[in-house]
Amino acid sequence: MDHKTVVETTINGERMEFLCEPRQSLLEVLRDVLGMTGSKEGCLTGDCGACSVILDGRAMCSCLMLGVEAAGHKIETVEGLAQGSKLHPLQQKFLENASLQCGICTPGFLMSAKALLDHNPHPTEAEIRYALAGNLCRCTGYDKIVHAVLEASKAGASKAA
Amino acid sequence: MAATTEGTRQFRVIGTRPIRHDGVEKVTGAARYGADYAFPGMLFGRVLRSPHAHAIIKSIKIDKALKLAGVKAIVTAADLPELPDKIEQGGELPINLHHLSCNILARGKAMYDGHAVAAVAATSPHIAEEALRLIEVDYEVLPPMMTVEDAMAPGAAILLPALRNKEDGPDKQTNVAAHVQFKRGDVKDGFAKADHVIERTFKTAMVHQGYIEPHNAVGIYNSDGHATIYCSTQGSFVVRSLSAAVLGIPEGKIRVVPAEIGGGFGGKTTIYLEPLSVLLSQKTGHPVKMTMNRAEVLRATGPTSGGTIRCKMGATKDGKIVAAEIWMAYEAGGFPGSPVPMGAMCIVAPYDIPNIVIDAYDVVVNRPKTAAYRAPGATNAAFASETIVNELAEKCGIDQCDFRILNGAHEGTPQTAGPPYKRIGMIETVEAIKNSPHYKSKLEGKNRGRGVATGFWFNIGFQSSAMVNIHNDGTASVVTGSVDIGGSRASMAIITAEVLGLDVNDVRPLIADTDSIGYTDVTGGSRTTVATGLAVYEAAQDAVRQLKERAAKLWEKKPEEVEFSNGLLSSKSNGVKPMSIKDIVPRLGRTGGPITGRATVNARGVGPAFASTCVDVEVDPDTGKVTILRATIAQDAGKAVHPSYVEGQMQGGTVQGLGWALNEEYFYDAKGVLRNSGLLDYRMPTCLDLPMIETCIVEVPAPGHPIGSRGVGEVSIVPPPAAVANAIANAVGVRMTELPMSPGRVLKAILHKEGASVASAAAD
Amino acid sequence: MHAINYEAPKTLKDAVALLAQHGEKGRPLCGGTDLIIQLRAGVRRPDFVVDVKKITELTHLSYDAKKGLRLGAAVPAIEVCENHDLKRHYPGLVEAAHLIGSNQIQTRASVGGNLCNGSPAADTTPALIALGARARVAGPKGEREVKVEDFCTAPGRTVLAPGELLVEILVDAPKPHSADAYLRFIPRNEMDIAVVGVGSWLHLDGDKVSAARISLGAVAATPLFAAKASESLVGKKLDDAAIDRAAKLAIEQSSPIDDMRGTAEFRRHLVGVLTKRTLHIAAERARKA
Repeated sequence: MDHKTVVETTINGERMEFLCEPRQSLLEVLRDVLGMTGSKEGCLTGDCGACSVILDGRAMCSCLMLGVEAAGHKIETVEGLAQGSKLHPLQQKFLENASLQCGICTPGFLMSAKALLDHNPHPTEAEIRYALAGNLCRCTGYDKIVHAVLEASKAGASKAA
Repeated sequence: MAATTEGTRQFRVIGTRPIRHDGVEKVTGAARYGADYAFPGMLFGRVLRSPHAHAIIKSIKIDKALKLAGVKAIVTAADLPELPDKIEQGGELPINLHHLSCNILARGKAMYDGHAVAAVAATSPHIAEEALRLIEVDYEVLPPMMTVEDAMAPGAAILLPALRNKEDGPDKQTNVAAHVQFKRGDVKDGFAKADHVIERTFKTAMVHQGYIEPHNAVGIYNSDGHATIYCSTQGSFVVRSLSAAVLGIPEGKIRVVPAEIGGGFGGKTTIYLEPLSVLLSQKTGHPVKMTMNRAEVLRATGPTSGGTIRCKMGATKDGKIVAAEIWMAYEAGGFPGSPVPMGAMCIVAPYDIPNIVIDAYDVVVNRPKTAAYRAPGATNAAFASETIVNELAEKCGIDQCDFRILNGAHEGTPQTAGPPYKRIGMIETVEAIKNSPHYKSKLEGKNRGRGVATGFWFNIGFQSSAMVNIHNDGTASVVTGSVDIGGSRASMAIITAEVLGLDVNDVRPLIADTDSIGYTDVTGGSRTTVATGLAVYEAAQDAVRQLKERAAKLWEKKPEEVEFSNGLLSSKSNGVKPMSIKDIVPRLGRTGGPITGRATVNARGVGPAFASTCVDVEVDPDTGKVTILRATIAQDAGKAVHPSYVEGQMQGGTVQGLGWALNEEYFYDAKGVLRNSGLLDYRMPTCLDLPMIETCIVEVPAPGHPIGSRGVGEVSIVPPPAAVANAIANAVGVRMTELPMSPGRVLKAILHKEGASVASAAAD
Repeated sequence: MHAINYEAPKTLKDAVALLAQHGEKGRPLCGGTDLIIQLRAGVRRPDFVVDVKKITELTHLSYDAKKGLRLGAAVPAIEVCENHDLKRHYPGLVEAAHLIGSNQIQTRASVGGNLCNGSPAADTTPALIALGARARVAGPKGEREVKVEDFCTAPGRTVLAPGELLVEILVDAPKPHSADAYLRFIPRNEMDIAVVGVGSWLHLDGDKVSAARISLGAVAATPLFAAKASESLVGKKLDDAAIDRAAKLAIEQSSPIDDMRGTAEFRRHLVGVLTKRTLHIAAERARKA
């Protein structure tokens, strides 16, 4: 019952292979098997978004996908946001706006926000709040996060821009 | 933006908004939180928890679980020393070690649903979880006492047979752990003078701090008897001393390395998994990582108390509050220690009231042992007092801001507990609200209302240590023991840079483990910028003193003749070329060696914090749903070292307060089992539930602090529930006396006011 | 989580064979947003998890002006929300799909999975019932069609027998001057499970109602088709009195419980409020359609 399988997938543009049990979630695989601890565990029920990654261009909760399901998909995590040492505009604006206090929710927000801006390069405040409603932050009250996303969109953060 | 800045010095770096030094790690996912650590040979631990709210544990059988492949060790309370009843200071609240140990692993009795009963270490977290199912515990289930009323009633089941309180004496078993009273003047006289008296009973619900990161610990026990704990905590020194006590080993044998922490708000100033991880490591010879899942966090880590408050206040017709009489009982959870004494100290604290009597009761109930939550005890209290203040203001026909200003505490006003206030900014925060664009704007539309409330938190000082190292390239590092939960390390760098005349990016802030830095109290109590900032300031000054001595040596002058300003060493007398730190550093070796500035403080006389919050709401009269349209908070920060992070504290606390006001509460069923142990039904605000939170930093410097800073981390959470209640009253004319003001409750109140009931309205 | 086996069949035939073989020990995996949570909580403990997302019939989504909607069981909610034809012709269903959890949840969760999970509070089920949707089920004995209003039998249970699999959901093409609407009440603005959900569908003939369907969620053991309330509108002018009467009848058919999401009393009140509101919205849409 404990058998592991080899899974081939693409993570942050790189072809990757890993070994996992069927019961290990994608989040567990990222963190415990691949050592990519940027995605965080907050609730394991899809209610907090701390584990958000981008799957084939859309934000999703990696705690609600099995590692074995990742085969053949394209996954983006926070570790792949920056281009080498050049920060993504979202990362830069989060820092400039002090949009993080403890920072645990930040990777999830960055991925959700990137998925948003890739589809909708110039969202309104209301659209941003709707898109990020699945990411909980307990420290900031969201104000500075929303400001950062607005500024990033103005700075041309969208992949489409 | 800052509203009032009185007589502050001009600073160069303090008050600016540099990017935090740990920022890049945090936005790239490289920062290491407690759950991110991994070590070779590491095992995974999980905890078995009681499914009963109140039960005698008759036996625990672990042999089946031990046989499961991959299981390496299982521990129960029998593996921990039994500790005597003893109070120690941990974080903001006193801790009884016997109770703490029982909370970590139940000894003989389960006191709440989720109480830890055993812990397992195995080769994978899944196997550890499967092992839990194989542990056989024989419980004798007892009736749970779930509310303060239940627990205080005559004939109530006794939760802790050994518990006694001073008043009832050594022979009476009780669920009341303590009764505290504060008194001033004569309330009978006071109420006799009052033209308007309002008395109401309020109920508030148990709520959780709600940090996004669950608890974690990695324990590594070495065969030489030394242990290292990596964990996300607000207080590495507290983890050290409490874990050592629980394990029965000397404190010096444990080194705690604080990881980055994903939120605490007071909830991570105590211990849960830390000693277990060390114990399991000792038993297995491997590092053991333990994490909680969300259900465990909600079921078994300290939320803050719900409770009952009866509040009676009286005012003369010209708006002077003359008397306040309060009875308050808070849920302590399965072991004593609710923040009811603090709640008592904070209720009515913003006002100058000549006659008060406050009776506060700490009551054990079959809920998790409460822990500190941002201004512990004050928010529940303010919900009661600040709504009555508004009712009195209305009766007197005075605007809600003016009423508060009229009665506002100021320098010399007596405090409920402690000496009279020194210079404070309470009135300034109300004035800032009154003059804010928000308050000045007209609120139009049906079912919309505006409410204001003011909150108080006394802040703490306590002990901190700091070191400032001058490096060979003329840059510096500042080392403290204050875990950074909200960006405080940037403030430490700012203060150091200010004193040393350096660019803020040439100062690197670090947080050191418990062996590498001197004793430092928790990051909590709004103390970090004030107390650790003070230590950093003095350590930097110490470095400057040493720099001056070296310059004096080089220049063959007396140290008193050397000046240091704008980053340059110069001499009052002529003949020397000024030197920067960069210039002097190559010559430190031959003048005596490297320079490390150091300081330790026990910060006393710290300035308390006041915040006033204004909220606009819209109430849907058909569903009772309350929408927050606009929110503004004005808070006295003394001097904001890094204004962005001060604003962040104000906004974050406001939003927690709004969640507390509207939807957060613990639901227990009749058996005392927690029904909403997940973030689906423990409803914290999402960004879609909120507008932008407008902030107004008021700066009335704290006397006696070199920078003038006041602690800012907590008080913002205190006013919102009352502000929302006042806004609802203004919108639809109903007075809410129960938290949270969830739609069902608000609807019921609206229909009751209309002479209808929910049932009859449904039939219409 | 207990140890599980994972299979990902590529054809409907294979999937049915596997599910038939495993019986109670097997469970289809679609978006995983319910099942993975249940596996972790130990609420469902199948030994075999059968991933159905590789089967073309289940990932098919099409709209035809004559044949209507064919919504594969595994189509994620986000695709429903972004589909222009669906937004135009079934706005209530799209509204309901857009309310499932967060953006992240909608990337994975499917309307079909939502139905099969059998929660009385599922958002899309009342919207489907209001549209008179049908479920196409495949099993070892062949295929059958089940009305969506008959699909759920008890909390967490459906008509699916061991070995059976939901293939797709079918909705007729909309008639002119007909439209649907869905509203739910939750304490926050997102993320919550419906305290009450109501889906309404109207077909108007001038200012009279020629057909109506009202469906209620979270107020009984299964999502309900409020037959009496629906029938009360047929042939009548859609005025306030008619809407009030329909709302009252809808309340009578509901049998909500007290739980941490709301009291029975509160829920009954909300049934009335949301029935009225959805009827107004559906009517306005129907007039324009």
